[in-house]
Amino acid sequence: MLAKRLIPCLDVRDGKVVKGVQFRNHEIIGDIVPLAQRYAEAGADELVFYDITASSDGRVVDKSWVRRIAEVIDIPFCVAGGIKTIADAGKILEMGADKISVNSPALARPELINELNHNFGQQCVVVGIDSFFDVVSGQYQVYQFTGDESRTQKTQWLSRDWVAEVLSRGAGEIVLNCMNQDGVRQGYDIAQLRSIRDICTVPLIASGGAGTMQHFTDVFEKADVDGALAASVFHKGIIEIAALKAKLIADGISIRP
Amino acid sequence: MQLVIVDTGCANISSVYFAFKRLGVDATISREAKRIKAADKVLLPGVGTAHNAMAKLQQAELIDTLQSLQQPLLGICLGMQLLTGHSMEGDVPCLNLIPGEVLPMQSAGLRLPHMGWNTLKNISNHALMRGFNETDYMYFVHSFAVASSQYSLALCHYGSDFAAVIGKDNVAGAQFHPERSGKTGARLLQNFLEWRL
Repeated sequence: MLAKRLIPCLDVRDGKVVKGVQFRNHEIIGDIVPLAQRYAEAGADELVFYDITASSDGRVVDKSWVRRIAEVIDIPFCVAGGIKTIADAGKILEMGADKISVNSPALARPELINELNHNFGQQCVVVGIDSFFDVVSGQYQVYQFTGDESRTQKTQWLSRDWVAEVLSRGAGEIVLNCMNQDGVRQGYDIAQLRSIRDICTVPLIASGGAGTMQHFTDVFEKADVDGALAASVFHKGIIEIAALKAKLIADGISIRP
Repeated sequence: MQLVIVDTGCANISSVYFAFKRLGVDATISREAKRIKAADKVLLPGVGTAHNAMAKLQQAELIDTLQSLQQPLLGICLGMQLLTGHSMEGDVPCLNLIPGEVLPMQSAGLRLPHMGWNTLKNISNHALMRGFNETDYMYFVHSFAVASSQYSLALCHYGSDFAAVIGKDNVAGAQFHPERSGKTGARLLQNFLEWRL
């Protein structure tokens, strides 16, 4: 049976992991390769590396760390951040990444999704969506440039409409980051994920809000997502992947032990 | 051990190269017929579409070379599908080394692509499958598949059964990505390195 995926996300700047990281009480700050390796060995099903500066400051980013990760990692990994062209994506895939994820550049130029699909196949093309619940309008709205607070802005898109658009253009997977929940560890946004699940015919990954192990059970059971992405609970050692997997298996979720 | 990875120009060549490197084998990546023929073992990687991959093999004049190999040949993912007679992905004739056809997956309404970790079943006692059991998870990413047949060495189930590993004579293929399937994936590559015809 196909397993639900647990996906730690690492924020990268200039080839270093930028958040303070604590992993099994060994504090590791900065070095991306051993950290990636530890997550793989601990049972992560996939990794996402998010170059947090790339989209928002417009410079050419050195991605040679992708090759160093590919050398040591034996699980799939995805690279996000700053991929604006077929050439950008091609370089990253050629260095050994399995997928590339696009967010703000796809909002700026949606044809990018078609081009990526055509050149590399649907399975490589992940679209990340930053969605914010606006209390006044009662609607979920898509934001861009969320890597840099000063440039973050609302787009013309409602989340459901943008999901339908990226699917029609050939996205192979969607990572839905629910911004209201991000970093507050109060649980995934089940209501929004369910509403997107209804229209999402490709794998859907939940992002934003994981704080306890129960939150993972809830999102798999109630929103039927294919994977759950989290950062701080793993980095800060609040949740250990092995313990989380044991709980999810006990709860009857299909998980790779 | 001279292992040659056929340079299909596909995206996962580095990953496959590094996976063998972790097993202590420094493979050669090449599209030269002479080098491929002289190898002890040949690996055919692949990501993308069957149509593009067959066109690339044609351009490099490698079709005859691959069809006439006598040494062990392993195809991975799309490379596995290319070993069969025909692919409906682009309606293209393939290498025809193992009878079978590549068809759209019958996923019974489950989401496609079939992406993630899944288990094997009906595992044969072929040398490539040594040490595998039904609780092992492998990493799959695909929307087309080869049906179960007498050439299946292991099956996988996603909506319906399909071939996870196929083999005939000196040729074998894996639908999943052993280079991305952790220790169990490495076991398949190790079995391939140890495979004696």
